[in-house]
Amino acid sequence: MKNLTLITLALLAVLMVVEASAQDANEILRKVDRNMSSENRIMESSMTVRGKRSNRTIISKTWAEGTQKSFSEYLSPAAEKGTKMLKLEGQLWIYSPSTDRIIQISGHMLRQSVMGSDLSYEDMMDDRKLSDIYDAKVVGQENIDARNTWLLELTAKVADVPYHSQKIWIDIERFIPLKQELFAKSGQLLKRTEMSDVLLIQGRWFPTTVLYKDMLKQGGGTEFKITSIQFDQKIQDYIFTKAALKQ
Amino acid sequence: MIKFLIKGLLRDKSRSRLPIIVVAVGVMLTVWMHAYITGFMGDTIEMNARFSNGHVKVMTRAYAQNIDQLPNDLALLEANELLEDLRVAYPEIYWTARIQFGGLIDAPDDHGETKSQGPALGLGLDLLSADSPEIERLNLTKSLVRGRLPAKNGEVLISESFSQKLRVNPGDVVTLLGSTMGGSMAMYNFIVCGTISFGVEIMDKGTIIADIEDVRHALQMENAASEIIGFFGDNFYDDYLALKKAQSFNATYESDPDEYAPVMKALSQQGIMGAYVSMAKVWATYITMVFVFAMSLVLWNAGLLGGLRRYGEIGVRLAMGEEKGHVYRTMIYESIFIGIAGSIVGTSIGLFLAWLIQKYGIDISGMMQGASVMMPTTIRARITPVDFYIGFIPGLISTVTGTMLSGIGIYKRQTAKLFKELES
Repeated sequence: MKNLTLITLALLAVLMVVEASAQDANEILRKVDRNMSSENRIMESSMTVRGKRSNRTIISKTWAEGTQKSFSEYLSPAAEKGTKMLKLEGQLWIYSPSTDRIIQISGHMLRQSVMGSDLSYEDMMDDRKLSDIYDAKVVGQENIDARNTWLLELTAKVADVPYHSQKIWIDIERFIPLKQELFAKSGQLLKRTEMSDVLLIQGRWFPTTVLYKDMLKQGGGTEFKITSIQFDQKIQDYIFTKAALKQ
Repeated sequence: MIKFLIKGLLRDKSRSRLPIIVVAVGVMLTVWMHAYITGFMGDTIEMNARFSNGHVKVMTRAYAQNIDQLPNDLALLEANELLEDLRVAYPEIYWTARIQFGGLIDAPDDHGETKSQGPALGLGLDLLSADSPEIERLNLTKSLVRGRLPAKNGEVLISESFSQKLRVNPGDVVTLLGSTMGGSMAMYNFIVCGTISFGVEIMDKGTIIADIEDVRHALQMENAASEIIGFFGDNFYDDYLALKKAQSFNATYESDPDEYAPVMKALSQQGIMGAYVSMAKVWATYITMVFVFAMSLVLWNAGLLGGLRRYGEIGVRLAMGEEKGHVYRTMIYESIFIGIAGSIVGTSIGLFLAWLIQKYGIDISGMMQGASVMMPTTIRARITPVDFYIGFIPGLISTVTGTMLSGIGIYKRQTAKLFKELES
């Protein structure tokens, strides 16, 4: 009888630890979301695509509001200049000045590479908070670039996610991801991202350089560098309209 | 004696007419079957050669390794210079640059916004040069369903079923959305000048064909080409020759470590077509051998029966004092005449039937609906030098062998018993 009580208590303790760990993991994820998501933001960035034959750098400016609206304009090189992308409620349109056409990107095209980079349109469009679409579990602690991190395993809790599961390394002090591995449902590693140049911007930590590597693609990956970012700015409504694409 | 034997054969119709007819039918079937198999296999290879593989193809080593992905970022640079070099080095081969690409075709509505979209498989080839044989090679004029062929830059042909899916007509503008050689997004407007149908579902699904200079412009591939393909002068694939050319070309770049150095591949060295060419060779030989063997058995049997049927006649000849060896030899000589005559008649009729199928073909388009491989919708035979002698294997050799075997019985007959046999 005494033994049975001890076993029951031990089991309860294990369950409580597991539950606490899950709660902690989800709480960590919420703190990450608070750093990474914002009401709105305006940023300028450079995207360097390290191809097999040569590197290309594309400069763009992006206006984003919440997780559903964003507008990007490509500023250079000359071949891309004037190309604009508008994301509205899960839909994506592209405008190219050379054809003077607004084209909607949908279906399997969303999985295509953006400007030959290691990012897909789907990656670019999915701005949802991690805590809204994944269940998290802490699986350990590791050191990345002399920073202590929690290693979390994320499993999708909604169906429409580009990656079924993720491994994510979260900076213990600053609550920002330093590394991510994105997996398909089959367990195949699809993409790896490494974040660096973490800055304190308007009271939040934010990584300003991200190296994306599509594991199914040749080349040296794509370096996405934020050259300026402003959070919680007033953005005029007309920016998020199709009319703005042709202006 | 030969004259005597021939006269005997001609006068005794039972010894000549039926055996010659049997031999001629067997030989005719053998010749026709061989030409048919050669033609069918060859047509499939030629069709793939014309549309995609060429008889030989030059590309970069890196492109060749990932050819299924149509990786235009690994395409040949300074393609025009390489094209000239190839024309000088291999003047017996017709060389042309092509670009194969994938992308999305977007058709606009009245407001310029997306009306319909569909994935496309594009082919950029020399359509606008005055002396370019590409239009004839791809049979574009006959494949035209609506509109006309491209006459100036900026025009594109799209497959008829694709045009119906996109709800576009000749004269409409469509936008190609693809990837440039540098990996950027490519958007390029084309005017649909005509629609085509090849009768092959895989080609009719989403094919677009434009002049190579337009494609170069659209995909930012100035003076680049995904591949330079070569065709032999007689437009018939010769695997031995193609492999030899590829070997000699590749030897010149053997010491070059650059992964973008050009490499030449024969059609049989290109992915699935390699397997098909090997399979075609084996199949053609195997089917022909089986058929020749079967016909040999039939004609051998006919020879045997011919020999046995003349049991009584041979008995009389032996009773009259003719030597066994002489009887045996005359029977073999006769079978040689029968074999030669039957083979000549059978080969002539077989070649004529094969020529009819070579010229007019057999339409199998009804059976090709839903086909996922590029195969011709009209089967044509192809007469090759082999067809002129292959019929003689069953026609002559088997007939003579059958007679020789049945004739062995002559030596087993005893003169003392002949009259008793003849009485019964």
